[in-house]
Amino acid sequence: MLRPTTPQEVQEAVLTHPRLRPRGAGTKPALSSPKEGEALLDLSGLRGILEYEPEEFVFTALAGTPLGEIEAALKAHGQYLPFDPPLLGKGATLGGTVAAGLSGPMRHRYGGVRDFILGVRFVDGEGRLVRGGGKVVKNAAGFPFHRLMVGSLGAFGVMVELSFKVFPRPRATRTLRATMKGLEEALRAVEKLRLLPLDLLALDLLPPATLELRLGGFPESLKARLERLKALLGQEEGLEEVEEVAEEEAHWQAVRDLRFLEGSPIHAKVPAGLARIPFLEGLPLGPRRYLDGGEVLYVGLEEEGLKALKEAGIPYLTLKGPGEALHPPPENAFYLGLKEALDPTGRFPGRPSPG
Amino acid sequence: MGFLEELKALVPGRVLTKEAELAPYESDALTAYRRRPLAVVLPERKEEVVAVVRLCHRHGVPFVARGSGTSLSGGSLPVEGGIVLALNRMNRILRLDPKARVAVVEPGVVNLEVSKQAAPFGLLYAPDPSSQPVSTIGGNVAFNSGGAHCLKYGMTANHVLGLEIVTPQGEVVRLGGEGLEGVGPDLHGFFVGTEGLLGVALEITLRLLPRPEAYHTLLAAYDSLERAGEAVSLVIRAGLLPGAMEIMDRLSIEAAEKAVRAGYPQAEALLIVELEGPKEEVAEEARVLHGVIRESGAYEVRVARSEAERQAIWKGRKAAFSAVGRLSPDYIVQDGVVPRSRLGEALREIGRLSQVYGLRVANVFHAGDGNLHPLVLYDGKRPGELERAEELAGEILRLCVRLGGSLTGEHGIGVEKKAYMPEMFAPEDLLAMERVKAALDPKGLANRGKVLPEEVHA
Repeated sequence: MLRPTTPQEVQEAVLTHPRLRPRGAGTKPALSSPKEGEALLDLSGLRGILEYEPEEFVFTALAGTPLGEIEAALKAHGQYLPFDPPLLGKGATLGGTVAAGLSGPMRHRYGGVRDFILGVRFVDGEGRLVRGGGKVVKNAAGFPFHRLMVGSLGAFGVMVELSFKVFPRPRATRTLRATMKGLEEALRAVEKLRLLPLDLLALDLLPPATLELRLGGFPESLKARLERLKALLGQEEGLEEVEEVAEEEAHWQAVRDLRFLEGSPIHAKVPAGLARIPFLEGLPLGPRRYLDGGEVLYVGLEEEGLKALKEAGIPYLTLKGPGEALHPPPENAFYLGLKEALDPTGRFPGRPSPG
Repeated sequence: MGFLEELKALVPGRVLTKEAELAPYESDALTAYRRRPLAVVLPERKEEVVAVVRLCHRHGVPFVARGSGTSLSGGSLPVEGGIVLALNRMNRILRLDPKARVAVVEPGVVNLEVSKQAAPFGLLYAPDPSSQPVSTIGGNVAFNSGGAHCLKYGMTANHVLGLEIVTPQGEVVRLGGEGLEGVGPDLHGFFVGTEGLLGVALEITLRLLPRPEAYHTLLAAYDSLERAGEAVSLVIRAGLLPGAMEIMDRLSIEAAEKAVRAGYPQAEALLIVELEGPKEEVAEEARVLHGVIRESGAYEVRVARSEAERQAIWKGRKAAFSAVGRLSPDYIVQDGVVPRSRLGEALREIGRLSQVYGLRVANVFHAGDGNLHPLVLYDGKRPGELERAEELAGEILRLCVRLGGSLTGEHGIGVEKKAYMPEMFAPEDLLAMERVKAALDPKGLANRGKVLPEEVHA
């Protein structure tokens, strides 16, 4: 196993191995387990926050830095990662989160990982250290390699350093749980809530008929907003019950760590959307939760469920489980051109299939 | 058949070749640069764009896609002997789906039109470059346009969910989708901001957001530019996240007053801060904000009590740019970025440079995200003054990079700033960009001569 502790050591490792599989903390084994012929490149030694200026809303850290370390540093200054990266409690790293392209429930408020990444330094397939983006919140100079890294599964290079935008942490948070009569009523409520300027931190759907709504802000205003939200839900046809969730911080921590998937052999992320949910709900899926007003599904599956997704032509990314993690694999001319430019010999994952 | 004949056959009656017809397309909003294209094509459907790109590829003819020509970096400057794909006629909003909160548009749709069409559903398209009544989504995508709300809402890239593009080799490819999160690499995110070097966007899927319920807009007057800059830091330190924070200096204030009579107070600097969100939340934030502004040394503070008053505050700011332009026969505008905490330092240095070069510099800028907009005023008829202005503008760019910022926050590199790319990027970074360009456009036809400096092998 290779365990570099500096960007230069990453460059050396890349140049001396024809096939590599980068890994952060290994919290998404479907992405970080070496395939045949691949050397494991363990990036957990590439750890630490390099720059953090709270007043700039920007930090730069080495890619192998655990999210927990970053969150603790931000919290000390009243800030947070608004895209709410999952698996933080399990030790997930910043680089792994970017490579997998994962965001948590609070992505609903300000957006996902793609909306907060500002810059990257990565080692390309020929061992060159390349920088894209910058360390300021607004920047339109040069090709945006940092955005290319999001969801790339390491296809274009090994990330060594990342810069992110952060925001002030909500001073207080509260959560409501609403139980509706059935899926149809729940979807109607989500559709309505999505269109309103409520500034919810999270809007999750637990099928068939439960909604979880998280609010953040000043404690004084939260009280009034919570009452308004209850009244709004009260107008919904098919509402059975609304309750406030106690210990909501711990509750969301568990959601964010995807603990609801733990009993399943396969863990997957599926792009959903309100229009697709009724169809998805007809498939043999295990424990699951739709984040961000129905946009993203995290689901636990048996083999049968994964097969059903594939047969229905629904794209997915497995975080745990056997086989190819990304379905369908990207094979368009734009992807192939980028792959050819940045990883011509196919050292990294995401090699085009032969022929 | 020669190239032009084939072109005319592909797009009958909509190929311009006469000198008088070509003249309006010779330059964009960066008027110091001017090139005569071989022809201008006016496609009306994406199939025509694809056919033209394929023809160009076959004949090795360079092409430049163009929207309304508002680029301030010369991004749509034609290439001599090449063609211009003028996409303004492709201005249909193909679908606006409030349930999915997306709009699918053609590249020639004007930015503001998207928000107008979304308004009846309580939605808006967030990126709001000052050019938004004119500039097109296709151009916004190419240049990753910004506006006044980038700190909180991000830039164009953050609001593009999917794209259909034609690559420089004529292949039609779909990138991204219609949802907020997909799987696989963020190829659409990468395409946005590549300034047309990697292809032409044919269809764009945009994210729409609910319009904020309430606004709280405040105007504060200061006796120095630095004090206004310091106030911005205080707002941030108080843990607030305003939708917009804008600063204007005396020269811009006076110009805006002359142009639109916004009724601004006399000041060395004005700061506009706008909070937005649910009304209870905005009320709490406003309490904090007013405490901060009181301590910041503002000698006059106005708060918009109605939507009309809010619009009045913004009117002067939005007009400032063109108003300053009228103070002088010519001007150069830059849009470098500095870390917010270095704003005071940057402004002091710009003031000093202005004196050294003997040229007036007006400052109107997005203070929340450190995005400067110094306007260097000059008279092109006076010998040597253009060169002096360009040199001064270059010094400002170097200053931004030196302070840890960027060459451009939203206007892009274009032709104007490509020579400065090595100041911000190492040779390896630029070579990676070149390799990407070469892989996707081996003949170098798409927006040739932009972004990448001529000589990177320093």
